[in-house]
Amino acid sequence: MSFLLTCPNCGPRDVNEFAYAGEVTTRPSEPPDLRELTKYVYFRRNVAGVQREWWYHRFGCEIWFLADRDTRTNEVLGVELPVAAEPKAAPEPAIPDTPAV
Amino acid sequence: MTRLDPQPGERLDRSRQLSFTFRGRPVTAFAGDTFGSALFASGQRVFSRSFKYHRPRGLLCCSGGCANCMMTVDGTPNVRVCVEPVHEGARVEPQNVFGSLDRDFLSVVDRVGGPFTPVGFYYRTMIRPRRFWPYYERFLRNVAGLGRVDKHGARVHRYDTEHRAVDVLVIGGGRTGLRAAHDAAQRGEKVLVVDENPPRGHSDGFELVAPATAIGIYEGGLVPVDAGDVLLRVRAKRIVVATGTIDQPLVFPGNDLVGVMLPGGVRRLVREFALKPGERALVVAGDDRALECVGDLRAAGANVVDLVDLRERTPAAMSASGRRGRVETVTVDGKRFECDLVVASGAPQPAYSLLAQAGATVTYDAQRGIFVPTELPAGVEAVGRVTGDVGGHSGIPHASYGNGEAKCFVCICEDVTEKDLKRALAEGFDSLELAKRYTTVTMGPCQGRLCHLASSRLFARECEVDPAEIGTTTARPPWSPVKLGLLAGRGHEPAKRTSLHHRHMEADATMMWTGAWRRPHSYGDAAVEASNVHEAVGVIDVSTLGKLLVLGGDAAAFLERLYPNRFADLKQGRVRYGVLSTDAGRIIDDGTIARLGDDSFYVTTTSTGAEGVVEWFEWWNAVWHMDVEVFNVTGALAAVNVAGPRARELLGRLTSADVSPEGFKYLDARQAAVAGVTCLALRIGFVGELGYELHFPSVCAEYLWDTLLECGADLGAKPFGLEAQRILRLEKQHIIVGQDTDSESNALSANMPWIVKFDKDDFVGKWALAQVDEQGDRERLVGFEMQNGVVPLEGGQIVVDGRPAGRVTSARRSTKLAKSIGLAWVPPGLAQEDTRLEIRVDGRLEPARVRLRPFFDPEGERLRS
Repeated sequence: MSFLLTCPNCGPRDVNEFAYAGEVTTRPSEPPDLRELTKYVYFRRNVAGVQREWWYHRFGCEIWFLADRDTRTNEVLGVELPVAAEPKAAPEPAIPDTPAV
Repeated sequence: MTRLDPQPGERLDRSRQLSFTFRGRPVTAFAGDTFGSALFASGQRVFSRSFKYHRPRGLLCCSGGCANCMMTVDGTPNVRVCVEPVHEGARVEPQNVFGSLDRDFLSVVDRVGGPFTPVGFYYRTMIRPRRFWPYYERFLRNVAGLGRVDKHGARVHRYDTEHRAVDVLVIGGGRTGLRAAHDAAQRGEKVLVVDENPPRGHSDGFELVAPATAIGIYEGGLVPVDAGDVLLRVRAKRIVVATGTIDQPLVFPGNDLVGVMLPGGVRRLVREFALKPGERALVVAGDDRALECVGDLRAAGANVVDLVDLRERTPAAMSASGRRGRVETVTVDGKRFECDLVVASGAPQPAYSLLAQAGATVTYDAQRGIFVPTELPAGVEAVGRVTGDVGGHSGIPHASYGNGEAKCFVCICEDVTEKDLKRALAEGFDSLELAKRYTTVTMGPCQGRLCHLASSRLFARECEVDPAEIGTTTARPPWSPVKLGLLAGRGHEPAKRTSLHHRHMEADATMMWTGAWRRPHSYGDAAVEASNVHEAVGVIDVSTLGKLLVLGGDAAAFLERLYPNRFADLKQGRVRYGVLSTDAGRIIDDGTIARLGDDSFYVTTTSTGAEGVVEWFEWWNAVWHMDVEVFNVTGALAAVNVAGPRARELLGRLTSADVSPEGFKYLDARQAAVAGVTCLALRIGFVGELGYELHFPSVCAEYLWDTLLECGADLGAKPFGLEAQRILRLEKQHIIVGQDTDSESNALSANMPWIVKFDKDDFVGKWALAQVDEQGDRERLVGFEMQNGVVPLEGGQIVVDGRPAGRVTSARRSTKLAKSIGLAWVPPGLAQEDTRLEIRVDGRLEPARVRLRPFFDPEGERLRS
């Protein structure tokens, strides 16, 4: 990876300054059953396309922010600071019918 | 004489002489010479021995492209001496030579080895008998590879990385490259030009870095530039590639003989270094630029015996022969010429590799017989000859003039002959990518510069298809060889030192790494240090603990959501132990949390966990948006733990604060001036004795440390190190996160069910822990006591019925208890007091008993005293 990422605070910086923390997931609002919990903890959509994800400016201003990145090209379409409501993941993916833990 | 009179525009400064040694013998050179030109001037014609057949090789491209002149300079292998400027006193040695350059005994492979050394011979002719393979292997390893790395060499160069951002990066400082740079600079753009050759003249309005090589175009338009000891990481809005063309050798029998050169090499020898390349020359070339060398040769006083312009006629047959590897005669279409120099090249091939790496399409142009870049990606431009526009048309030679008799090299670096390529095809390697991997054609040091076109065309001819259908192999960085040291950058070994570091050094402590921290392992004898904590009082530097201030109206609620236990009800001035879990229930860190006020908490983390915990806290709050601020004060504060039965007496001497058992109870947190230093004192006991952990500004660390030791001298106050601490905490079965836990451990299985409050509304990890609670553990962390006193290794196996069933995470000898004790993960069924375990130690099974309660002071009486 050698693209530039724009920190909402600091502007465009080399991606090596940042820590990547994966796609945005939605924490269940109610106590989940085992299947829902497993889905939340272990399953990722892993899209080939635009993905909403967490980044942390570790060697910079130390802020968490969200980026929309195309996983195929590493093109970053936009970045933003998280707003007060819990960030929503993109529409539900089809989860394969696999046994739980 | 090889050296000519001064030439117009030569690079030499004849007023300055330099000298270096070649194989121990002195060679003189002018300033401006390369090792290659100076050696050529001294009469050296054989510069290397070939990779596989150990055939003599001489200067070929003379521009740093081929492998023919690679030597070892001052211990650095694979230096292309044709472009390496001479420096005074250098030691130059030939490489890949068994004997001397002129007599290499491995050249026997060339004479007799032909039928036995086809492509991949080491996979098929040297496998039987199998028991001989180690000998074959030793021999092959000895002769294979290029150059030798000095295994005992130390880092002598300092390499650095530099980040550059410009508007326009021009790669290649030739005529068109400089014009493009100039134009962009005129428009007010910030321009950087990199060129492989040393700079000549001045650059106007733009920056020129030379000699420097762009080694690739990476994702996001990142261009790393090898500028000697500095790697420039260049990002440009626009990249202009002006890399020009590369002369292509012709494929004919004897095409690797010393004396066969490319026109560009001849031009450089004459024009730049004032050298006479040969006496009698034959020229075969197909474009105007190449034919210019005829004028150069004449100017140098060489006799051009014949000239074949490929645009006028394409020879049907061509071969060269010579003696002792040096060319003597050339036969073209039956006509024989005596000559010592053959300048032979086909159509010049655009140096498109960087463009292809950037995503350009490359297609075969049948009109000109070369590959040309076509569609370019956005932000990348090509100018000059690299576009394939080489001025007029050029002649196309045959793909190969092989006659089945002498060796006819397609790839000179790797000694791959026409026959090898045909054989690979016959064996079914019928795609260019497969044949490349099988024969290693294009995989040598020239990276296909001199052999990619030839191999594609030959392949197409043999397969009877258009070269356009064969296509090209994938172009990947690096485009030029690059030193690993340059990629590694400067040698960093960052170490964090506490503010007491010098005190530990003065006390002759053995230091050890814990993460990036340097910590005292012991000050001599860890067992004695541990005993001193049990008997008197010890002090340990715990400044490495992560220290966070969590402030704000929601601070209590925030911690309540992050930790499995309760913090809302924690009273001001009290301390509680906490374990951080993920939503998967896994333990990530532990520490103590002290409530300083309604809205303020002081949180400690493990020594290596501070940054991670800050990130973890900030991350959750990026989602929750609670009224909380997290401050990392790890570096600002030092911390010292004073532990032992006489700790109270020692502390009492230094503070007016109430340290009585009633006034300062176990798990109390107090602000106190100790020896005049404002401290946050936490009464906690990781090591199991009465103890006070003092946190205070790190500027006061040495003063307070000295004062504690001086005032406590009569009480037996002595420093103790990490090893003693590990013995002491093991006696209490206190865990170390990361040592006794791993990425699978959770608070329930790590034997801390009391810490998980399922009646809380929610906390990170609650649901997963609830699942563990419901379904049961897969394993459990327990203490064990060896029956016969041996100490198992950490990581040692727990064996049940002859099968591995668990592992030891910590084990020590406790002098206090006169026992060998430890912690281990075992199946839940074995997690019963007194269960007999077997632990593998040095291959034997040793008996042990499970102990679920602390080995020392199980009721915590001393801790609470």
